Amino acid sequence: MSDARSDIFARIREALKVKAPKPHLKTDANPGKTSEVAKPWLPDGGETADASLAILSEQLAKLKAVLIRVPDQAAAVKAVAELASSKNWKKVAYHGHDLLRPVASGLSCETWEADATFDKQRLEGCDAGITTCESIVAQLGAILVSSATSGGRALSVLPHVHVVVAEASQVVPDLGSALALAKARHGDQMPSMLSFITGPSRTGDIERILVLGAHGPKELYLVLVG
Amino acid sequence: MSDSKAIFLKDAAVNAADGDQRAFIRKALGGYYTNRDLQKARYRDWERARDAASLAKWSAVNDLANVLEKFTANFERNGGVVHWARDAAEARAIILKIAEDAKAKAIVKSKCMTSEEIHLNDALEKAGYGVVESDLGEFIQQLRGEAPYHFVFPCMHVKREAISELFTKHLGTAPTDSPEELTMIARRHLRQLYVDADIGITGANFLVAETGQISITENEGNARLTAALPRIHIALSGIEKVVNKLDDLSVLLPMLATAGAGQPMTCYNTLYSGPRKKGECDGPEEFHIVLLDNARTRLLADPEQRDALHCIRCGACLNVCPIFKNIGGLAYGTTYQGPIGSVITPHLRGLKQWNHLSGASSLCGACTDACPVRIDLHHHLLHNRRNAAKESPTLFDRVFHHGFNFVIKRPWLFATGGRIFRATLPLLQKLPLPYMGAGMKTRDLPKAPSQSFRDQWKHQNV
Ligand code: SF4
Repeated sequence: MSDARSDIFARIREALKVKAPKPHLKTDANPGKTSEVAKPWLPDGGETADASLAILSEQLAKLKAVLIRVPDQAAAVKAVAELASSKNWKKVAYHGHDLLRPVASGLSCETWEADATFDKQRLEGCDAGITTCESIVAQLGAILVSSATSGGRALSVLPHVHVVVAEASQVVPDLGSALALAKARHGDQMPSMLSFITGPSRTGDIERILVLGAHGPKELYLVLVG
Repeated sequence: MSDSKAIFLKDAAVNAADGDQRAFIRKALGGYYTNRDLQKARYRDWERARDAASLAKWSAVNDLANVLEKFTANFERNGGVVHWARDAAEARAIILKIAEDAKAKAIVKSKCMTSEEIHLNDALEKAGYGVVESDLGEFIQQLRGEAPYHFVFPCMHVKREAISELFTKHLGTAPTDSPEELTMIARRHLRQLYVDADIGITGANFLVAETGQISITENEGNARLTAALPRIHIALSGIEKVVNKLDDLSVLLPMLATAGAGQPMTCYNTLYSGPRKKGECDGPEEFHIVLLDNARTRLLADPEQRDALHCIRCGACLNVCPIFKNIGGLAYGTTYQGPIGSVITPHLRGLKQWNHLSGASSLCGACTDACPVRIDLHHHLLHNRRNAAKESPTLFDRVFHHGFNFVIKRPWLFATGGRIFRATLPLLQKLPLPYMGAGMKTRDLPKAPSQSFRDQWKHQNV
């Protein structure tokens, strides 16, 4: 008996013996790198760093994510500490990263380096998770986190609030650049999870009315240094 | 008449007569239209962006064997396990075997239409596993014991009062009419289930050949939790979901979100490339993918309609379809509703039993205009009609076509027939006409003009 794999491949090869015409296109879009070909057609991500930052802050506001811009690391520590006390966080988990350790030690509540000793039950009980990120996409207001930059898969989605601390230089104009950057950085050793986060978790499943905080974080803060 | 057709006609008639429900659906879609237009306006050229999206899918589907080989090789290199299923039964058996080997008890699922297609929940429950749908809409539909109404908005037809009652009955919570509170009830209920589940089952929106990653699009975060906390992650996907390059997602992800939900991007677009890696602190120990054919290769073998495999399941064609808005999603009786469902279901389940869906269209072309990957949906409905008439013409098809052929070749006969028809129309209006019973109940025949079109043309003074 032939196995499923070879059967399916045989069916595919047989089916593709007859060629299908190319789709009727409005343009003579020549195949090339999709993101480069499509760049002038997609939403603008900004040509300069300043333009990108302006687009980013507009997008984040529409997504109901909060952007906090600070001049330096010390100011970032202060900003997160203020956030924690105003929201009365009791337990905060963070990713063990040089940018984040000072932030964590600046907090007066219980903190826990979540990727050192993973415990999903304990993580579930945390008020907030603090992570870094791979890059930030101005065009869409999306933050790319990975299992490498965010203390694994759960820290950036299980706690009720997600705080990302990043450098302003991590902002890239568009999705194509973010994907290319991830590939250049990790090659064929991609982190097992890469996730574009576009605003706090949301649902419209009940009467198509928007509710924030479906299963993931209800609040998303981006602390941008520099 | 096939059973599925009889059920369809009955349900469609009932739903179309329910003005309240129709108004509710239109209202629910109102916000979508506004947001979609706002987001589309941010594209510097939406039409050309559609070209790029269409081309990305076309080049993968038309080289499917090579692209799939590349995807699976890279998926395995990343540490995942690939399974192949020719049909639904094989896919169910594979997943049951993984669950059995893992001695699993609790399974949590995120939204996966392919699992609806293979009736996976039934099979798992029969085998004694607890299965919970974690997507809010799917969770509500699971409690209701009903199939999804719309493959992107599964419970868009359910009013909040009904959801509140449902939660009171099943979860023992206090009644509320706030969507926010209802969402929080589900959130609280499901959180512990992720933590306790042994297996997480998800779908996949794209399979990236170049890197062996799978891409999952969602808004709630439930898929991310499903793929983060349980010990085993199983993804179930149709073989047509592949794309060549990671870079192709730079067009497909935003367009999927804009066309389908009026968003710039959905909240989470996540790429998975294997189980937990060395040095990572969480994530599953095993990552399986089940690649399903289930008659997709039959659709592939039809070059005329092969582009239906480009579908990225955004749901845009449903949202704009006048038929969908009037008869609702459940009447279709299919896994995939609306125009795309009407196109592919006859291929997946048999043209004979499902050709009636080819008629469930006003041929307005709104679906084709809405489709981000430019699938020629309304023409495919016509192609299916033609194929059905060729394959097994009904008596009506045969008699009518022969008759029509005979008459149209003889202008004098055509004119005489027209004259008789105009003269007797008032009489015909009083008689119960065959084939027109249902239509006549809600419509009046117009009055016959005094002259035929050809006479009017001849005597016009232009
Ligand atoms: S056919 Fe096109 S519009 Fe319809 S769901 Fe598929 S991709 Fe979307």
